[in-house]
Amino acid sequence: MSVTANNLCRDEFFYGHKACAGCGGSLAVRNALKVLGKNAVAVLPAGCMSAVGFNFPQLCFANNAIISTFAGTASMLTGIEAGFRARGIKDFTAVGFAGDGGTADIGIQALSGAIDRNDNILYICYDNEAYMNTGIQKSGLTPFGAKTTTTPAGKNIHGNIRPKKNMFEIAAAHNIPYAATATVGYMTDFLNKVEKASKIKGTKYIHVIAPCPTGWGIPVSDTVEISREIVDCGLWYLAEYENGEFTLDHDPKEFTSVSDHLKKQGRFRHLTDEDIQIIIQSRDAKWEKIRRDWRK
Amino acid sequence: MKKFLSGNEAFAEGIRLARPAIISAYPITPQTIVVERLSEMVECGSLRSEFIHVESEHSALSCAMGASAAGVRAFTATSSQGLLYMAECLYYASGGRFPIVMMNANRSTALPWNIYGDQRDSISQLDSGWIQAYAENAQESLDLALMSYYIAEKTSTPFMVNLDGFVLTHTYEEVDIPDEEQADKFLPPYETDNKLDLDDPKNMAFSAGPDYNYIFKFKEHQALLNAKKIIKKAEKDFAEIFGRKYSGLIENYKTEDAEFILITIGSIAGLCRKTVDKLRAEGRKVGVVRLRYLRPFPTAELVGSVKNAKAVGVPEKDISFGNEGTVFTNVNSALFQGKIAIPSYNFIGGLGGKNISHEDIENIFDLIENGAERVNFIGIEVE
Repeated sequence: MSVTANNLCRDEFFYGHKACAGCGGSLAVRNALKVLGKNAVAVLPAGCMSAVGFNFPQLCFANNAIISTFAGTASMLTGIEAGFRARGIKDFTAVGFAGDGGTADIGIQALSGAIDRNDNILYICYDNEAYMNTGIQKSGLTPFGAKTTTTPAGKNIHGNIRPKKNMFEIAAAHNIPYAATATVGYMTDFLNKVEKASKIKGTKYIHVIAPCPTGWGIPVSDTVEISREIVDCGLWYLAEYENGEFTLDHDPKEFTSVSDHLKKQGRFRHLTDEDIQIIIQSRDAKWEKIRRDWRK
Repeated sequence: MKKFLSGNEAFAEGIRLARPAIISAYPITPQTIVVERLSEMVECGSLRSEFIHVESEHSALSCAMGASAAGVRAFTATSSQGLLYMAECLYYASGGRFPIVMMNANRSTALPWNIYGDQRDSISQLDSGWIQAYAENAQESLDLALMSYYIAEKTSTPFMVNLDGFVLTHTYEEVDIPDEEQADKFLPPYETDNKLDLDDPKNMAFSAGPDYNYIFKFKEHQALLNAKKIIKKAEKDFAEIFGRKYSGLIENYKTEDAEFILITIGSIAGLCRKTVDKLRAEGRKVGVVRLRYLRPFPTAELVGSVKNAKAVGVPEKDISFGNEGTVFTNVNSALFQGKIAIPSYNFIGGLGGKNISHEDIENIFDLIENGAERVNFIGIEVE
């Protein structure tokens, strides 16, 4: 049965935390846990969600949860999954919630190792596109042109000069049983992917765009809208990788304006028309390949 | 059953008897043999563990912590660069009170690259909150593998057993392997409340601000100090079941009437004892203290052994650059606490596997008897 707003579990597993208003990451964690239920065993590395959720004695997970080292989300998941199995426990989901830096930068080695071993874990990357917990520094998933505190936008350099790493395709390149992209803006799509992943044996990777109003320079009320728009304008896509094949889940007939989308965000406001043209060209090149090669 | 085994192999036999549910390890010379033997034991079914081929030492210990948090016994092994690479996880494991056992094959640290034995790797991690033991021979290695879980689990503190690289890890000796029934009697299955539990969910490895942090740290320190008692109890139980006796945190050799005493760790103690025998035959009152544990540090025991000595020397395969050997620093602190005002000398040697000979040890005894520099380098004349 597919997950909808009507049948989503009413129990809360992540509450009483100190996440900022409008936090996309906490929205992803809260709702994913509603799908996975009380037998989810969550691993969160150093990062936003662990910083806001685990301040002794104010501990905010109703299910089992543990902070791992920054680099160790996947490796700790591996140990927990194996340990539970050794205890004869069958009905549980070892799930990781790591940010973009914890996934694509410092944690990529452990994640690659876990996928390589095909450990039975679900790894969810909540991507807010910079090291937000430490104050908006550039990560490997910061998009081209974004202003961060370590990629300032000035006369000489217009923010981050490199495009985002493609973690979805990096995960897929391991021939992982299941990988998917999502955004908190299209919540039911995300949650159905979480549910689907939870039923697949082996390693699962879900990459969910989760805006950070503070880091993106948007009003706290715009988290959902902006994370829908990112799909609608084609800068992100909803897709899955399964049985060795990529599937595009949503093929917009017409893209909404990239420029409007970017200009709403403080981090992109400095971009010139030329910068935006580079972003549009790169989008179009990617979509050409997607539409040519992926199933629809 | 008696077998002819290397230190690594003896340790692997001890781990087989300890039955960890999870082994996560990454290869590094000279640790490799222990994980190879364990892999074979898992393959042939003599050990029912899951061997997890992690992609780094950081992941090895992170994975072991996950397993320990899941409530099962976990093992890993490393050496040198690998130990340093996982250093973050050492502090994490002790802070999380995960009673993981790790074998460390003592090896020099780069640069320059070197695969041979010294003890700078483990000694650099003395402050990481782990119990640290140093084995002298293959039998003690096996026995420590078993005892380490007993002690770690009763103190909720991780345990690092150190074997001198090559000198011990790769040297073959006759080893008595206990049978499984005896081992099970000594070391029952691991039970803990410090675990993730579906019936009683927990949030673990959390943050603790200034109001709580120091209390957790104090408790960690107390657990390490309490380990002294647990070590004693472990050795008593061990002797009752297996018939082999160990002497606690230190091992004295002819120290009772000794005027000049060497204090050292690891496999070089045997060489020191042989030299003592030779010098004793010449009528000199000399002895050796082997520190079997560096954490908890055997302050009172050491004071008791050297209180009547005229001078002590500390040969060690370690240096804290810009200061002196760290074992020496620890020994001097103990002497000071015991109000023992005798000269103490440091002899740094064996770095990068450089051999230390009988003559070197004899020379050290001469130097502590006749006076020397405070810090001396074996084989190097300092102007």
